Amino acid sequence: MSDVSNNGGAAKPKPSKLNPNVVPMPEQDAKVRAGNFDEVPTGYTMEMAQEEASRCLQCKNEPCRPGCPVEVPIKDFIGLLRDGDPIAAANKIKETNNLPAICGRVCPQEEQCQAPCVVGKKGDPVSIGALERFVADYQRDHGDHDAAIELPESTGKKVAIIGAGPAGLTAAADLAMIGHSVTVYEALHAPGGVLAYGIPRFRLPQAVVDSEVEMIKKLGVNIEYNAVIGKLFTIDELVDELGFDACFIGTGAGLPAFANIPGENLNGVYSANELLTRVNLMKAYQFPEFDTPIKPHNKVVVLGAGNTAMDCARTSLRLGAEVTLVYRRSEAEMTARIDELHHAKEEGVDFQLLTNPVEVIGEDGWVKAVKVQKMELGEPDDSGRRRPVPIPDSEYEIEADAFVVAIGTSVNPLVPNSTKNLDLNKWGYILADPSTGATSKPGVYAGGDIVTGAATVITAMGAGKDAAVAINRYLGGPEPEVAEPEEEVGTA
Amino acid sequence: MHKIVSRRVLGQRVVELEVEAPAMSKKAQAGQFFILRIDETGERIPLTFAGWDPEAGTIMMAFLPIGKTTNHLASLKVGDSIRDIAGPMGEPTHLEKYGHVVFLGGGVGTAEALPVARALRQAGNKVTVIQGARNEDLLMYEDELAAESDQLLIATDDGSKGYHGFGLDLLMKMIEDGEQIDMVHTIGPAIMMKMTAEKTRPHGIHTVASLNPIMMDGTGMCGACRVMVDGETKFGCVDGPEFDAHKVDWDLLMIRQTTYKPEEEASNERFKKIQEKGCECEPASDPDSKVKEVAGN
Ligand SMILES: Cc1cc2nc3c(=O)[nH]c(=O)nc-3n(C[C@H](O)[C@H](O)[C@H](O)COP(=O)(O)OP(=O)(O)OC[C@H]3O[C@@H](n4cnc5c(N)ncnc54)[C@H](O)[C@@H]3O)c2cc1C
Ligand SMILES: Cc1cc2nc3c(=O)[nH]c(=O)nc-3n(C[C@H](O)[C@H](O)[C@H](O)COP(=O)(O)OP(=O)(O)OC[C@H]3O[C@@H](n4cnc5c(N)ncnc54)[C@H](O)[C@@H]3O)c2cc1C
Ligand code: SF4
Ligand code: SF4
Ligand code: FES
Repeated sequence: MSDVSNNGGAAKPKPSKLNPNVVPMPEQDAKVRAGNFDEVPTGYTMEMAQEEASRCLQCKNEPCRPGCPVEVPIKDFIGLLRDGDPIAAANKIKETNNLPAICGRVCPQEEQCQAPCVVGKKGDPVSIGALERFVADYQRDHGDHDAAIELPESTGKKVAIIGAGPAGLTAAADLAMIGHSVTVYEALHAPGGVLAYGIPRFRLPQAVVDSEVEMIKKLGVNIEYNAVIGKLFTIDELVDELGFDACFIGTGAGLPAFANIPGENLNGVYSANELLTRVNLMKAYQFPEFDTPIKPHNKVVVLGAGNTAMDCARTSLRLGAEVTLVYRRSEAEMTARIDELHHAKEEGVDFQLLTNPVEVIGEDGWVKAVKVQKMELGEPDDSGRRRPVPIPDSEYEIEADAFVVAIGTSVNPLVPNSTKNLDLNKWGYILADPSTGATSKPGVYAGGDIVTGAATVITAMGAGKDAAVAINRYLGGPEPEVAEPEEEVGTA
Repeated sequence: MHKIVSRRVLGQRVVELEVEAPAMSKKAQAGQFFILRIDETGERIPLTFAGWDPEAGTIMMAFLPIGKTTNHLASLKVGDSIRDIAGPMGEPTHLEKYGHVVFLGGGVGTAEALPVARALRQAGNKVTVIQGARNEDLLMYEDELAAESDQLLIATDDGSKGYHGFGLDLLMKMIEDGEQIDMVHTIGPAIMMKMTAEKTRPHGIHTVASLNPIMMDGTGMCGACRVMVDGETKFGCVDGPEFDAHKVDWDLLMIRQTTYKPEEEASNERFKKIQEKGCECEPASDPDSKVKEVAGN
């Protein structure tokens, strides 16, 4: 909380001169939060939000807007907030984004909407994400969470959505709003996809996910849990036997990758998915009130450089371990959001960069240490990044009783392999038209991580939105009022 | 929600539940399994399909109460419900006409014997079922298996019924007696399956084992169920659960199965205490809730 006072002097109403500094969001002290699963940034007050909103210049050409994958009307919502109407602001965002409370928290704003913000040229860009979060939370807390949902007339068309992640939920909501009958089939027992099993509660509280899903259910969307498509039903059966007129596949990229080094099957080695699912979805941090166990490890080594790696490191800290994060390149190449990287450092994660694990060393079947090798950056590789090369004789061991592999995911073949005439790329991802989600199979659309590979929440939502527009066209439904129709490329 | 429509105790201790699961009952195949979660605080555990009835829209499970979840499951009554059941999971038993197939089931592994024996027989095989158990109380489906197989042999470790010794001994006798055996399908404790693989290997008898690693999602998402087969990492839930028994790294499987031993025991003890008290409410101060204290909440 002490962070806020740095800026306290400027907290007068209507600052006449532009403040180059962002209004910082209060957050739990690093020492305290490293011992709990409560959300780290605690959110703006109305005063702070309005002060931050007043830093926006209301640019006519809105350079920020194209930075957002779903083109949230940023200038307009910030204007409404500045003028004291957060609920109208929230509704404004919802014209293009159904899940603002989530996006405000997890979007990589520094690369998206906030990157082109003109205020950012001289100082800090407007904190668009924080404002988005504020208005969405305000609306939820003030009982006006989509109070005015009017269910449209039914079109009589049935659409099946496979996967209740951000892509599937967004497509479901948009299609239901037009009046199509929508059933979501979800393999797990809870909705949200990565939002439920991957992203930890200290970044995205359960209540936020729940309330967004409630809103989608209010639109009449039916969610069938424990329904593993490819096993319980195939896509072909959904169409041919269960009478669905169209399908949207949003099954994500859920298959965990391992590092392929010796010792990876020892007890105490986890995929990021296993660790995070135990803790987030199964609530193992509340064992034994919840039955799913998690080992109380003392020293955890996490491998990876993205949001997932940060989440694993910070989760392990909260479970009581000392955490070392290893990554073979340098900080500049890390893909995690800057905020998350800073949070992890503040909380005490030890970063050992330019360090690559070569072996997990075991004793009696359990992890005892991770053998690593120092790296240096050499010539640029195909991706344009300097290639890490091992430094000879630089190996050493990091003592550990757990090793968490957070180096990415690949496609889960259950749906792709069980669906006839569905074209895939060489890695097994579904080939879909980037602007409509149309696949090689008429009436079957796909979007999100199952098409692009691991990406972001907002791009998955954007894909769900685009597909909803295209599916509606395919079904000959009424043109929705808000969505911007894009040129449809045939469903060949 | 899956309502329990019938409950039986097979032998003395194995519990069989029949539950409503209409869609699954039309899709289940021999050798597949499902993952259930009893209630909101429950763990996801895998159980094999012991049977299914597409007309009634039900599936069957048979299990031995050994830990928290199976004990809780055993305490449920007809009319109660199981919150989540996901399946069918895993690849079905590979079916072809081998000739003479021996199904060697140990302990509660025999739960899947009925559908597997039936399917193998329908594929044109002669099927011998060997059911091994520690004692007579743990035997199950004897009449049904006798009817569904060409031959049923019983072995108990303590000799309380049938042959006095291991089921594997009976298989070995058949081999030594020169009986033609074209395939062995085994399921049971890992140590039993390992020993079976070692015994059939020198005779070149194709042997398939249904593995039971610790699982969570059952869809290939978490990797908890990793097993090594032929030097390669496989996911038990989607690549299996059946693998070539001669290629499985059995020691790894056995070690990985023990990952959560202390936690499982603590959880089961706690459950027993709560049950004895006759209510599901929280004991005032719980000595087991260390993890929670470390983690905060
Ligand atoms: C730990 C972690 C942290 C992340 N942090 C961020 C972040 O801070 N910001 C950000 O923008 N992005 C982040 N991401 C990425 C982001 O979460 C994903 O890009 C996004 O969730 C993809 O959405 P999706 O709808 O395509 O798939 P998913 O979210 O993966 O959802 C897919 C759903 O489909 C279900 N499913 C799969 N197979 C089947 C089947 N056969 N039948 C039925 N259902 C099925 C799954 O159970 C799941 O619920 C993170 C990812 C991870 C793993
Ligand atoms: C594919 C498959 C099919 C199975 N079919 C049957 C069956 O038909 N009947 C039957 O009685 N048992 C079956 N099992 C074993 C059953 O899943 C475990 O007995 C059960 O999970 C124990 O849970 P518990 O809480 O009662 O006991 P716990 O005290 O938690 O565990 C006892 C032992 O069971 C195993 N186990 C624990 N949790 C899991 C888990 N999540 N996944 C797998 N194993 C676990 C471990 O080896 C553990 O040491 C099967 C296992 C697999 C993998
Ligand atoms: S949805 Fe994400 S990228 Fe778009 S404006 Fe909101 S925070 Fe920025
Ligand atoms: S670019 Fe920045 S200042 Fe301009 S409208 Fe967008 S948020 Fe406001
Ligand atoms: S149980 Fe999670 S991948 Fe097999």
